[in-house]
Amino acid sequence: MLTTEEIREIEKEIALVPVKKAACIEALKIVQNHRRWVSDESLYSVAEILEMSPEELDSVATFYNLIFRKPVGRNVILLCDSISCYVMGYKKIYDHLQNTLHIKFGETTTDGRFTLLPNACLGCCDCAPALMINNELYKNLTVDQLDDLLDEYK
Amino acid sequence: MKGGYQSVKKALKSMTPQEVMKTVQESDLKGRGGAGFNTGMKWSFVPMNGQSPHPKYLVANADEMEPGTFKDRLLLEGNPHQLIEGMIVSAYAIQADIAYVFLRWAYKKAGRLVRHAIDEAYQMGYLGRNILGTDFSLEMHLHTGVGRYMCGEETALLNALEGKRATPRSKPPFPQVSGLFGKPTIVNNVETLCNIPHIVNNGPEWFKSLSYGEDSGTKLYGISGKVKKPGIWELPMGTTIRELLEEHAGGMSNGYVFRGLLPGGASTDFLVEEHLDIKMDYKSIMAAGSRLGTGTMVILDDETCPVGFVHNLEHFFAQESCGFCTPCREGLPWTEKILLSLEKGEGREEDLELLETHAKFLGPGHTFCALAPGAMEPLQSALKYFREDFEKHIHEKRCPWT
Repeated sequence: MLTTEEIREIEKEIALVPVKKAACIEALKIVQNHRRWVSDESLYSVAEILEMSPEELDSVATFYNLIFRKPVGRNVILLCDSISCYVMGYKKIYDHLQNTLHIKFGETTTDGRFTLLPNACLGCCDCAPALMINNELYKNLTVDQLDDLLDEYK
Repeated sequence: MKGGYQSVKKALKSMTPQEVMKTVQESDLKGRGGAGFNTGMKWSFVPMNGQSPHPKYLVANADEMEPGTFKDRLLLEGNPHQLIEGMIVSAYAIQADIAYVFLRWAYKKAGRLVRHAIDEAYQMGYLGRNILGTDFSLEMHLHTGVGRYMCGEETALLNALEGKRATPRSKPPFPQVSGLFGKPTIVNNVETLCNIPHIVNNGPEWFKSLSYGEDSGTKLYGISGKVKKPGIWELPMGTTIRELLEEHAGGMSNGYVFRGLLPGGASTDFLVEEHLDIKMDYKSIMAAGSRLGTGTMVILDDETCPVGFVHNLEHFFAQESCGFCTPCREGLPWTEKILLSLEKGEGREEDLELLETHAKFLGPGHTFCALAPGAMEPLQSALKYFREDFEKHIHEKRCPWT
């Protein structure tokens, strides 16, 4: 079941579009914002509000890279693996994160603190390699600074 | 906001929509998102008579996701009001009622600044009902995407805005006639729209005079990779690759030798040493066998394996294929696998021919949209310019760079 707050926010989005289901991406973002991911249960509730079938809504939810249909950790690390970061050595950053957190791309630490995901180009190629943790962007990364950086996220 | 929005005042108070459209068409401003089509010409296909369906839409494509491209971020973070001003004037030219900024999710700072700037523009009366006391009204919204390269393709972007999977639509009908929610729609790149205020203020001849070459205006050029000063610069259209690389980017980083470059993002053909004195404009780069694309270059150096470089690109394209048409959905992962096997030392003699077959069958005319043909550009040109490196992987049964 969605909270009153979530429903209120979703209805606000519905008011801005000509047909209800056009608000579905916004609605998924709202749920994810509150719950960090979109469970089957949440998906069914959103589909009902938008008068869509759950299957149709799931086809949209699974299409986009940043709608999470599986649980994620408290902090999500998005490491850019695109071409400029490849040339500038993102693999060293990835190796260090794997060794420190004992997770690979697509995995979450056992304590639920971090999920590590690859991300297509973060659009700061002149400051590669780069990664984002939650909403913060970190540029010109070196392996030495990673441990201190991770310490900021509990 | 002193000094800003002059072009809104000029256009709305002293020009007809047709005059604005004609001015932009005469300036020969070409779309800065990569396709390079005359912007005023693109607008001219929007129905303008009294029977035209409404609402009409204008969308700023700020979904910058071409790997190696970071130019629109600068405009969005540096001066969001310039974009909004350009959007108001463009919306006036096509008589749009509603405008969207379609922003990529990762641009958090740009999102905050654009949202704030839209609010300010409303407060100052540049957006909303009866702008500057005229009978022109425009509503503007910010939409942030949830990540998918396909959203950059204009019809896929419209599907995303409608809350659907971002697969491309068949054309015709073109968006100018039937776009967002089936209504006339123009989608323009951020950099394109940011040029509009200056063209309206200063005229088409002034805009043409800014360039060194045949294509008008200035361009945001960028360089990333192993150079001394990676970055982004606004320079006359037609600045040479050598000037960009050696003067503005400060040359290669110490200890690295230049081998090649992608002139305009991941989906453009490699250029090499012999092309350094070519002008970075649409015609010259095309004559050299590539595309200006977004005008932001990625440099390949001698310490980076060209096969690994191309594998990284094809991994991206395979992952971002929307899966809608078969050659792209099946061909790109196949290409990626072949390149990975070369990198692992498991390549076979016939693999290069197989890659060339893919470059042909995923090329223009064989797929629903431009994603796969774009993906084949760096591959086919790498096979041409770095063939020995591909062969070495096969003969030595390993990647010589590891």
